[in-house]
Amino acid sequence: MTCDEAELLLQALIDGELDAGHARDVENHVAGCAHCTAMLRDYRQMSQAIAQAGAQYKAPLELRKRIENALPQPRAVPNRRAVLRGFAMGSAVSALAATGLVAIVLRHDDMERIQSEVVSAHLRSLQAGHLTDVISTDQHTVKPWFNGRLDVSPPVIDLTAQGFTLIGGRLDYVDARAIGAVVYRRRQHVINLFVSQTASTERRAAKIETIQGFNIRHWSDRGLNYWAVSDLATDELADFGEKFESAMRSGTAG
Amino acid sequence: MPLKASDDNPEKTRRFREAALPYLDDAYTLARYLLRDATDAEDAVQECYLRAFKHFDSYRGPAMKPWLFAILRNVCRAEYARRATTPTSPIEDVVETAEQAPLWHEAQETPEAQLVRARDSDAIRNMIAALTEPFRETFVLREIQNLSYREIADVAAVPVGTVMSRLARARAMLRSAWLAEQEQPK
Repeated sequence: MTCDEAELLLQALIDGELDAGHARDVENHVAGCAHCTAMLRDYRQMSQAIAQAGAQYKAPLELRKRIENALPQPRAVPNRRAVLRGFAMGSAVSALAATGLVAIVLRHDDMERIQSEVVSAHLRSLQAGHLTDVISTDQHTVKPWFNGRLDVSPPVIDLTAQGFTLIGGRLDYVDARAIGAVVYRRRQHVINLFVSQTASTERRAAKIETIQGFNIRHWSDRGLNYWAVSDLATDELADFGEKFESAMRSGTAG
Repeated sequence: MPLKASDDNPEKTRRFREAALPYLDDAYTLARYLLRDATDAEDAVQECYLRAFKHFDSYRGPAMKPWLFAILRNVCRAEYARRATTPTSPIEDVVETAEQAPLWHEAQETPEAQLVRARDSDAIRNMIAALTEPFRETFVLREIQNLSYREIADVAAVPVGTVMSRLARARAMLRSAWLAEQEQPK
């Protein structure tokens, strides 16, 4: 095998596209050729550096909105999903809900769809450079950052003392709406806490589900929907949720 | 149930959103590298999604991502053609000062000419962006988008052998830039 041939096959070797026989041939050539050894080493380092640096771009929220708006909108049938979309309708709807005029119950399939969107958002956030828009361990920095970016103000609680480090906040997009994500870390595990407004002020107890290997703890309280998503084990995620809820009750939100 | 899927079919919209929107960041990334301009990239991605939605009824595969990319690539090529005939709007790009070169073929600044010191993500993005076409496209589809050779060949409408030789060339160019950068004192 000449170096020129090897150089071409080297690509396929790096990219895992070579069958075992040819892979062995290339490796044999490389083993006896300083030139190709150096090339292979550099290419591998480059790939690694690119993966680490995160050469991806994140689509601006504005673009997402433009595309959503350009797609045909579902007709204005007063279905429950439209009500859910009324995160933004804010206090008027909340007031109605409080007087018991509107009972909000999410349809099961809507709930499932939103849960899977929440998992997708969690996955996206794990790509390099996508985790946080504002990086801070200080709840008094993260909390005001959301002001003006969302029509809801997500509670930001420092749970460092309880073993969950606050690392920042991010805007995300779920169910065609901007949504706040507060990001925590437990050892090497990231927890995204998604917070959106709901028209219901009723408290809904937490439920833990598993989708695509991620655990989601969902609960509602005081007009907000919460989804905590992580690859943490269910008991630790439950622990996180309980600590968060009890801190909310004792009023330590920033 | 409607008898035929039409554009205002909410079910179609829902299916499309679920299938295509998760790739928005990927599509935007590809458009950024192909067009090297944030605003043009946004326009191209939007156009891509609208075209994809229009043709979604006839979509039977391949995988969603390469299907979107093939559409996006056509949109970007149309943008190249537009730029080539509109010399008053050269691309604005800090990475390279190539003036009104026909972009699909050639950018003037080679990666070797780059004096990139910091090896952070901007430096790496710039090095990749400085690759000439069609090597940049092939490299981005492989290294950043993780497409298989077969998928890249389909997106770019070239044989797999061409994909390999373009990758070899792209990596060789990048390596020169890479080694040059490492020799720079920090």
